[in-house]
Amino acid sequence: MEPEQSFYDYLKNISETQSPIDFVLIYDNLDRFVDGALVTLQLTFLALLVGGIIAVPLTIARAYRKPFLSPAIRVYTYVFCGTPLLVQVYLFYFGLGQFTAVQESFLWDPILSSPWWCVMIAFTLNTAAYTTEFLRGAIETTPHGEVEAAKACGMSPYARMRLVVLPSAFRRALPAYSNEVIFTLHGSVIASTVTLQDLLGVGRWLNGRYYLAYEGFLTAMVFYMAIVFMITFAFRLAEKRFLGHLRPRETPQPGAARVAA
Amino acid sequence: MDVIFEYKQILIEGTLVTISLAVLSLLLSIALGLMGAYAKLSPKRGVRRAGELYTLFVRSVPDLVLMMLIFYGGQTLMSQVGALTGLWGYIDINQFMAGVLTLGFIFGAYMSETFRGAILAVPSGQIEAAKAVGMTPSQVFRIVTWPQMVRFALPSFTNNWLVLVKSTALVSVIGLHDLVWNAFTAGRSTHMLFSFMIAVMVIYLIITGLSDVILRAVDRKYAAGVRKA
Repeated sequence: MEPEQSFYDYLKNISETQSPIDFVLIYDNLDRFVDGALVTLQLTFLALLVGGIIAVPLTIARAYRKPFLSPAIRVYTYVFCGTPLLVQVYLFYFGLGQFTAVQESFLWDPILSSPWWCVMIAFTLNTAAYTTEFLRGAIETTPHGEVEAAKACGMSPYARMRLVVLPSAFRRALPAYSNEVIFTLHGSVIASTVTLQDLLGVGRWLNGRYYLAYEGFLTAMVFYMAIVFMITFAFRLAEKRFLGHLRPRETPQPGAARVAA
Repeated sequence: MDVIFEYKQILIEGTLVTISLAVLSLLLSIALGLMGAYAKLSPKRGVRRAGELYTLFVRSVPDLVLMMLIFYGGQTLMSQVGALTGLWGYIDINQFMAGVLTLGFIFGAYMSETFRGAILAVPSGQIEAAKAVGMTPSQVFRIVTWPQMVRFALPSFTNNWLVLVKSTALVSVIGLHDLVWNAFTAGRSTHMLFSFMIAVMVIYLIITGLSDVILRAVDRKYAAGVRKA
């Protein structure tokens, strides 16, 4: 007998006799969950990527208090940070159809009528708003001496921004950004409310089809936990790499120092 | 615009459900948060680990997943536990309860982080002094720790509350007739979902704006006698 078969039998045996959870059902639908995880990851990271790219110019306009632009961006971030993501997704997916002009426009058919695009637009605008706000804080706390030194070296404002302010602000924003990544992942479950088959969508499908709550939702939960642990781990590595200079230095033992000398 | 005013009754009812859900979840999260904070500060290693696991778990599971697990799975679990122990026959877990339990549980973990920091910010000499004059643990908490930790906890507490208010929107997915659900139904029947969703956003912004005013007043009360930098 192949080992695969015996593992299957083992699961079947456990599910029928000891466990309140039907492992066979999970095992049979594992490929669906993997597909769901891919949808979740795709939505999360694409939104983060595009949102992050949008956020950088917005942040600069905010941090340097550009007239008109800065208050307008503040209104945008205030609305998108102050209202539920669910409502924002509904606004784009269900709301836009209210206007016949939108329905007849060239954007309707490939983009605005598709749940994937609407979710992407809402997620992107949402994460861009949050990123703008905390990145602004990071830019505003740039030590004044760094900027002064850059000026003294004769850097143009553009070079200053590219070589001094932004790299230093990105580093300072790194811990806050790990939260933003995790919150975007948490927010991505909302995709399942507009028919997308993300991880939670697969869990809900399983629950709706077999009327078994634990199997679908617990499996989705385990997948989400695994993703969050991987993200946390990646950020720990990134912090070690980019914030290494801030780590408390290991004090050499007096004896060891003497030996080295 | 007129249509929204025609439906104002249903929107107001929904808003009240949303607010009561948020407030009840907040109370539960404060209770769990205090317990979690003291667990994390406990001298016993096992208790400390449990407190840390609580936060770790909540941080790694999306809110809606937990809510659906509690709403769809909690019913089964409660009947199974009831049948095993014979303590209760049937307990109905409705959408409101599932919402309060989930949000309270999730934000309890975030609150525990908030409170842990705030408790640590109270000078330990004061707590030692309170113990030395013979106060019971509950007196130490009520008279010494609490009045001072509120001030330290408030900024992060405010943030948690604002996130909590926004998270209440998720209960509409499991069918509770909250603000979002009511507005969605009204918008669907009038084919004006965009307008209704904008109205919902405005109402959420009003709620958060109002809570900002209230929490600032609380801050003034608890910061009385503290010199501002």
